[in-house]
Amino acid sequence: MRRHQHLSIAGGRIVLAGAALGLAVAPSFLDAGGLTVLTEFLCLLVLALMWNLLAGYADIVTVGQHAFVGVGAYAFYGAVVLLGVDPYLAFAAAALMAFAVALPAMVIVFRLRAAYLAVGTWVVAEVLMLIAGKLPNFGFGSGVSLPVRVAREFGARPDVRFATIYWLAFALAAATFASTWLLLRSRIGLGLTAMRDNEEAAGATGVNLVRARIICFLWTAPFLGLAGAIITLQKLRISPPASFSIIDWTVFVIFNVVIGGIGSLEGPILGTALFFILREYLAQLGTWHLIILGSLSIVIILIEPGGLWGLLRRVLGGDLIPVSHRARPGFETNRKS
Amino acid sequence: MIATYANLIIQGILLGGLYAIFALGLSLSVGVMRFVNIAHGDFIVLVSFLLLTVATALHINVLLALLLVIPLTFAGGYLLQRVLLQRVIGQSVLLPLLVTFGLSIIVQNGLLEGFGADTHTLSAGSLDTSSLHIGSFYVGVLPVATFVLAVALVLGFDWLLYRSRIGANIRAVADDVAAADLIGLSSVRIYAIAMGIVGVTVAIAACFMGLRMNFDATSGPSRLLVAFEVVVLGGLGSLRGTLLGGIILGIAQTLGGQIDGAWQVLAGHLVFLVIFLLRPQGLLPRY
Repeated sequence: MRRHQHLSIAGGRIVLAGAALGLAVAPSFLDAGGLTVLTEFLCLLVLALMWNLLAGYADIVTVGQHAFVGVGAYAFYGAVVLLGVDPYLAFAAAALMAFAVALPAMVIVFRLRAAYLAVGTWVVAEVLMLIAGKLPNFGFGSGVSLPVRVAREFGARPDVRFATIYWLAFALAAATFASTWLLLRSRIGLGLTAMRDNEEAAGATGVNLVRARIICFLWTAPFLGLAGAIITLQKLRISPPASFSIIDWTVFVIFNVVIGGIGSLEGPILGTALFFILREYLAQLGTWHLIILGSLSIVIILIEPGGLWGLLRRVLGGDLIPVSHRARPGFETNRKS
Repeated sequence: MIATYANLIIQGILLGGLYAIFALGLSLSVGVMRFVNIAHGDFIVLVSFLLLTVATALHINVLLALLLVIPLTFAGGYLLQRVLLQRVIGQSVLLPLLVTFGLSIIVQNGLLEGFGADTHTLSAGSLDTSSLHIGSFYVGVLPVATFVLAVALVLGFDWLLYRSRIGANIRAVADDVAAADLIGLSSVRIYAIAMGIVGVTVAIAACFMGLRMNFDATSGPSRLLVAFEVVVLGGLGSLRGTLLGGIILGIAQTLGGQIDGAWQVLAGHLVFLVIFLLRPQGLLPRY
């Protein structure tokens, strides 16, 4: 590796670390509006990391990820309002419920292979959303607002509340990122990376493909459920179309990961950050916003399936977030140029 | 009471014919090109709007407009495959899936931009309301005509794929692209023709969907899910299976619709999931 590449990778890492540090101290300098946007960013980042783990590594291209966000939202509401559980414990309920729903969903979805699986997850998500609209204590199809007393548990004054919700989102995003990074660095992750590159070869060298895919599918559910709970706390309302929104929690997320770069940890971060920057300019365009994002993602797939990060990585010459293990010097296989 | 249910089941079977037409194109693209076109439902809705525009602009019957539009959708399917999808098929299922996903969102929002969020229907004049009196049942001429057309299309496609020259070519490419290219078939061209044929089914589906039910810019995904469930229920690659799958889904939805609109959709999905768990290979698997 050449010297300037070492430097540019170090520079990239400094930018990344600086951004993480900025997020960590954001409540000290941002107003409520800014914190709301950043909370949304962190929740969408969690969704992007999870979709990328499934589609980018485990070969599970799901179009039904919004189902677990919605289940988390409804479980959080049910625990905190209907059962009167402590609001912080209700987050655990959201995670557990999402996990519990993932188990039977997996039985259905894993019977479908590849392309069919995508639509299969969508059917499951539709079923869950329609069932949510039939629940009497959750306001049926039109949903219900979170009582003010629950919101107050997270801070009596609005500015304190926004900061608390932000910290929760920050903690979730940090935990999602760190644990996913560790998963990818582990033996299972090594197998997943092998699967990403060549599924048949990975299977032939002894990677347990089924087990790896099951672990990934179940892994993502609690994180998605927690994101759903935090989103509910921010929006103070649950309803089938909003809590189970395919556009917000699946379509945007897929575009973010595809544009940023699928099958890497940098890609989802880059894509989600770009989405929030673009949104400032594109959101007022209404439907054109989605048309532009859709076209952009198709163009990127045609040019570089690895996304913007795939292009950037060629310039930088390596990963900013090391997921792979470097071979020991004795096993160096790179030919000298 | 029994008469009411018998009537509902007849309505469901007739609705199943329409669903089989939705599924024909998807079944063909899955069977030949090995990918699920996420934008299938949106293409159907897009062509419904096209038919509406053509019929209104030229002041002609929708069925006549369909004859004009079919060559366009054939060309559309051909070009879509040749220009865009051909670049991404083959390597992995991920890329075609993501490209058609992008197309789906582009079509939906393009239609929202162009036609707004209002619901529309197509009209074929007196055919819309005329009905037949069979025994003690009244059935609409249009649903019966749709069902007869569905049976004819299934038989026609079965013949096209398994008895005709182009069908043999399509199946050869579907089985082994490299071997087909080796014996002098142009797989690129055959893929494009297959997608053109899918385009024809999309036009027919669009016309009869618009005559039968409301549609708006965002109805595509629900049509895709119906088509997908019909294909899986029937058995992958089985054209006759799509007719059976369509009928089962049609009956489930019609009976569910007696409760309310949400149950109509939910009943279809639940019946699909139960049958799928019991018989993952489908009801009439080809292989």
